[in-house]
Amino acid sequence: MTEMNMIEAINFTLRQEMEKDEDVLILGEDVGRNGGVFRATDGLVDTFGERRVVDTPLAESGIIGTAVGMAVRGLKPVAEIQFLGFIYEAMDQIAAQAARIRFRSAGNFHAPMVIRAPYSGGVKTPELHSDSLEALFMHSAGIKVIMPSSPSDAKGLLNAAIEDPDPVLFLEPMKLYRAIRENVEEERYTIEIGKANILKEGSDITLISWGSTMAETKKAVQMLEENGYSIELIDLRTIVPLDEETIIDSVMKTSRCVVVHEAVKSAGVGAEISAIINEKALFYISAPVLRVTGYDSPYPVATVENDWIPSVDRIVREVKHVWELSLD
Amino acid sequence: MNWIEPNSIDVTPIQHLNEQGVLTGKTVINDEEKLDIYKWMVKARRFDELAVKFQRQGKIGTYAPLTGQEAAQVGSAFALEEKDWIFPSYREAAACFVRGTKPSSFFKYAMGHLHGGILKEEGVFPVQIIIGAQALHAAGSAWADQYKNNDAVSVAYIGDGATSQGDFHEAMNFASVFQLPVVYFVQNNQWAISVPYHKQTRSLSIAQKALAYGMTGVQVDGNDAVGVYETMKEARSLAKDGKPVLIEALTHRMGPHTTSDDPSKYRSKEGDEAWGKKDPIARYRKWLEGLQLWSEEEEQDLNASIEDELKQAFNEATETTTTSLGDALGYVYEKPTNRLREQILEWKGSGESK
Ligand SMILES: Cc1ncc(C[n+]2csc(CCOP(=O)(O)OP(=O)(O)O)c2C)c(N)n1
Repeated sequence: MTEMNMIEAINFTLRQEMEKDEDVLILGEDVGRNGGVFRATDGLVDTFGERRVVDTPLAESGIIGTAVGMAVRGLKPVAEIQFLGFIYEAMDQIAAQAARIRFRSAGNFHAPMVIRAPYSGGVKTPELHSDSLEALFMHSAGIKVIMPSSPSDAKGLLNAAIEDPDPVLFLEPMKLYRAIRENVEEERYTIEIGKANILKEGSDITLISWGSTMAETKKAVQMLEENGYSIELIDLRTIVPLDEETIIDSVMKTSRCVVVHEAVKSAGVGAEISAIINEKALFYISAPVLRVTGYDSPYPVATVENDWIPSVDRIVREVKHVWELSLD
Repeated sequence: MNWIEPNSIDVTPIQHLNEQGVLTGKTVINDEEKLDIYKWMVKARRFDELAVKFQRQGKIGTYAPLTGQEAAQVGSAFALEEKDWIFPSYREAAACFVRGTKPSSFFKYAMGHLHGGILKEEGVFPVQIIIGAQALHAAGSAWADQYKNNDAVSVAYIGDGATSQGDFHEAMNFASVFQLPVVYFVQNNQWAISVPYHKQTRSLSIAQKALAYGMTGVQVDGNDAVGVYETMKEARSLAKDGKPVLIEALTHRMGPHTTSDDPSKYRSKEGDEAWGKKDPIARYRKWLEGLQLWSEEEEQDLNASIEDELKQAFNEATETTTTSLGDALGYVYEKPTNRLREQILEWKGSGESK
């Protein structure tokens, strides 16, 4: 066991995977000598050389499109998009190329590749650096979407992502890169993609969150528990595939659910979760599923971002609200 | 000051076999290969005619004809080695055939069969619908070969319209920066649906765009199978050594963009006639006949055998039973997610709801 923050855990994992498999290589902007703008790939070029840790020209579609070609031809590219807000530049290569190739070739071709990108606000980045865009990819069948919230999850999930035979989008909450340190197992281990983590069991209300908003959500849970609520807290870990079973089992037990995410509300993952509960557990719930989310606007400027991101207060308020709305 | 003027870059196309079927350049193609190239071209054209006919009869879906571009496709693909990879668009049936794709697969693709189209063993990427996207896949594939020290080359087939796309430029740049074993083979057929070349770019040629990326560029008469073959051979050997090449093959699509397009809306009869005189197959046949390698009798035998083969291919495609949507949904991920499994069951009528 070693104490690591999330960025160290990611760096450790990349090194471990590259040592294990010659065919794993990293490509992206500033990932080489600079080690990535957040140091996720720090030092890797010294060990593995420029052949395996590649500073590419500044072109997102180029990074992902070449990774698709590599992946189909037997390499295991781990591509970095410097900030998730820039991923629109590569949208075709992700959603229309990588995600679809298995389906449109009836399994004859597939693109096992990982795309890593930092996202999330609360760190006062310039415009278009902070957006949470996971729902776009949930809507693009064929790709998996992972959003860890802790160093040890980041490690186990990244190990699994690199091993996975399908394209995986691995979204890293930059707010949590250095916020948490914990003991992380150095031995290689994988966490199943598509399995949510029940962080805390409870009986009154199910709170579901993932990635960047786990920090606020955990704080809110603590306050609520102090106020006598018994909260079941679920960290989704993976958006695609979605662990419906864990969600439904929990809601059947608690009969109430609040979803917390940083992305805008409309057509977000929260809406999806709400719909699933509606489809599969309607008669077990005693209140509407509520959502605490970012507002339906582009991600705002730094001076107001803390009002935009779901806050502990807003989460607490919505949980109390759902309690008030309950039929029983 | 040394201004670079847009018209200061002059490109003279390579030509080996002129429009009269006279060999004006050298060639290494042996007699057997000469005949093979011819046969592939004739087969591709016949396939094209049949595909258009079948579409009109409602037997297959939309099809993008290649007639007029046989020399560009066959000549280039024929110059490759088995280990090489090609990255075609929707219009490259001829190039795919040369690589081993069966005509029945193409028919099945056009009929919307789940298991239609390209197989991995053919060294052909699935045909690309998004204009220009395959340019990057070819760069990535070439990168994989370079990484694994394979002696293979990847070739992206793109149209003149595709050279306006960002992916094309990103691909050229990556290819050159990383010295990838890749060839960009542009079939400049003069039209991107209805938009003519001069509205696509102000460059005097597509070949000259290579200069901006520090790459080698070359223009070739795309209706001259010999010229295309020799050019691709040379490009292949350069690319293999980490010198990517951009080839512009000047050609013309004689038919519509697809079976749902009407070129009379945007093309003149005179233009079409002028290009008709440059027909790649007619001139090649003249050449073979001049060399005493081909006769009318052999032509008839060839046509008859192609007719048989394509008829069988079409029958095979027609007789192929359709696979179900339920089966198709099994190919979204390596293993269907729980949700997909549920949807597959629901589709099959045996879904249980919680
Ligand atoms: C990204 C994208 N935009 C538009 C289209 C629609 N479209 C299909 S073919 C075509 C013209 C392509 O021209 P060109 O690249 O010259 O190839 P050609 O069809 O002549 O072989 C267009 C606009 C498309 N398939 N993909």
